[in-house]
Amino acid sequence: MQTKRTVFGNRLLPYALLAPQLAVTIVFFLWPAGQAVLQSFQREDAFGLSTTWVGLANYLDLLTDPNYLNALGVTAVFAPAVAVLSAGLGLTFAVALDRLARGTRLYAALLVWPYAVAPAVAGILWWFLFNPTIGLLPYLLGMIGYRWNHALQPGDAMILVVIAASWKQVSYNFLFFVAGLQAIPKSMIEAAAIDGAGPVKRFFTIVLPLLSPTTFFLAVINLVYAMFDTFPVIHATTGGNPAQSTNILVYKVFVDGFIGLNLGSSAAQSVVLMVIVVALTVIQFKWVERQVTY
Amino acid sequence: MSAIAIAAVSKVYAGGVKAVSDVDLDIADGEFIVLVGPSGCGKSTLLRMIAGLETISAGTVSIAGQVVNNVDPAARNIAMVFQNYALYPHMTVFDNLAYGLRNRGVPRAEIAARVAEAARMLEIEPFLTRKPKQLSGGQRQRVAMGRAIVRQPAAFLFDEPLSNLDAKLRVSMRGEIRQLQRRLGVTSVYVTHDQLEAMTLADRIVVLNGGRIEQVGKPLEVYHSPASTFVAGFIGSPAMNLATAEVSGGRLTIGGAELAEGLVGLADGRVTVGLRAEDVVPAAAGAPFAIRYVEELGSGRLVHGSVAGQHITMAISPDWPLADAMRVAVAAERLHVFDAATGRRIACP
Repeated sequence: MQTKRTVFGNRLLPYALLAPQLAVTIVFFLWPAGQAVLQSFQREDAFGLSTTWVGLANYLDLLTDPNYLNALGVTAVFAPAVAVLSAGLGLTFAVALDRLARGTRLYAALLVWPYAVAPAVAGILWWFLFNPTIGLLPYLLGMIGYRWNHALQPGDAMILVVIAASWKQVSYNFLFFVAGLQAIPKSMIEAAAIDGAGPVKRFFTIVLPLLSPTTFFLAVINLVYAMFDTFPVIHATTGGNPAQSTNILVYKVFVDGFIGLNLGSSAAQSVVLMVIVVALTVIQFKWVERQVTY
Repeated sequence: MSAIAIAAVSKVYAGGVKAVSDVDLDIADGEFIVLVGPSGCGKSTLLRMIAGLETISAGTVSIAGQVVNNVDPAARNIAMVFQNYALYPHMTVFDNLAYGLRNRGVPRAEIAARVAEAARMLEIEPFLTRKPKQLSGGQRQRVAMGRAIVRQPAAFLFDEPLSNLDAKLRVSMRGEIRQLQRRLGVTSVYVTHDQLEAMTLADRIVVLNGGRIEQVGKPLEVYHSPASTFVAGFIGSPAMNLATAEVSGGRLTIGGAELAEGLVGLADGRVTVGLRAEDVVPAAAGAPFAIRYVEELGSGRLVHGSVAGQHITMAISPDWPLADAMRVAVAAERLHVFDAATGRRIACP
């Protein structure tokens, strides 16, 4: 492979060119992350006047805190549900678009729109749609005899936040699947048709395997999204309730730190969350490298 | 029996572009037909209509006596080899070959036997457990062939299968395809833009231009009596010389210089004359020939020059001395005469 190489006359110039990017990374990522790691070993009083070094106490507390273990369990349901729902719907829409003869650009543009909506706004939208007193969907559900109330029923609340969080992400998944489908050579589909495979069989034996790099990439992106970026959705809809049933890890970090003012524990939780996501990503990419290349 | 009959077939695309107009062609069982023409002549569209990958706007395509216009590609019992091979990248070579058989519910033991047989024939046995990515271009080409063979179809359809190979491999694969087709005796339709491939492979060549058939015939027929100036210029390398000439009293002249005499049965007037490079010979009493440049081929020599300002290429032995003031002539029976207006061949009695 050819390597791109530029020779700078001045030894300082490359560093000067890198400086703005490095500054942004250091100020907005490395510094706060380092601060979080530092704080996770400390305990601060409620007024922020004194700080004590407590070692691993914050982490050990988490292991025995039923609320934290609950949040862990909630996240284990919420994150995969969001990942699967958004990938599933994204793929469905992409395949449907791929079969269209005309109007594909219009449909594609419309399906990408939700991605432009801020997560908090998306949360509010779905909160209205599912509102037990004024919402449209509970009214319709009521007609088939189901009394929807996400303020009282943990199951309903989970369904609401999963739908609200996935809605935006469907657009993202859709875009990547459309690109993935277009990258499959048409002749391969034609070869499969001549080989006697019907549309459904072609999809499962040819298209889906060829899409697997896209699928695994999106699985990683979706999981990271669900674990980190869904805070506004929860905040705008359920606030982690009822009975902590939608209190995912990232939301609990916020509640403990900024509502409960327990900065040490909050910092420890965010470090754990970071480790979980890094580990998941590494595992997935290792696995992807082994399984998905062909 | 699997003859293919194409009757008055046309293809009009949604935008109104007519890719194929009114093509009639009868392909006998076991025959090797090559569709040849420049890009955009409709040859691939015609092949894809036989395969069922393209709808037929008008006319009928029949395979083994049955009209297949509305039959699925899968049910037409044909196999196709694509230009890019279209191998399934996530499957091993064995699975690539077996895929079509599995879809048709062929028993497992028979699949294994048929794949083994095809692999033996194509000498790809060592690669059966590999993925297409791990194969060279020539090996992928063989796998694509194998996928067609295992199906034991009524017809093979080839869509420029050799154009992704380097020149040397192309020549050897060409020979192998020919032998294989002879051995299996399966009706084959082969699309190419390479006239040499057409000449060497075909039982009959179909020359297409602008969506219409220009000429159908055995390779040597097409070579020796092209039906039009288009065929004359397309088939043969170097391309046949085409020049505007005058016929008067049995003499053929270009810009006043006499090139041939003793033509009988030709009306006086302006014509387009076709001269194969190898038929143009130096002659003491011929037309003055101004040399522009010379291409050395080793076994021969191509001399490019002009007669009365019109480009003429002459193929001569390297032993022949080149002189600045040469004269050339052509034997009357070697001339191809075409109507100056329509480009159609005028029969010389």
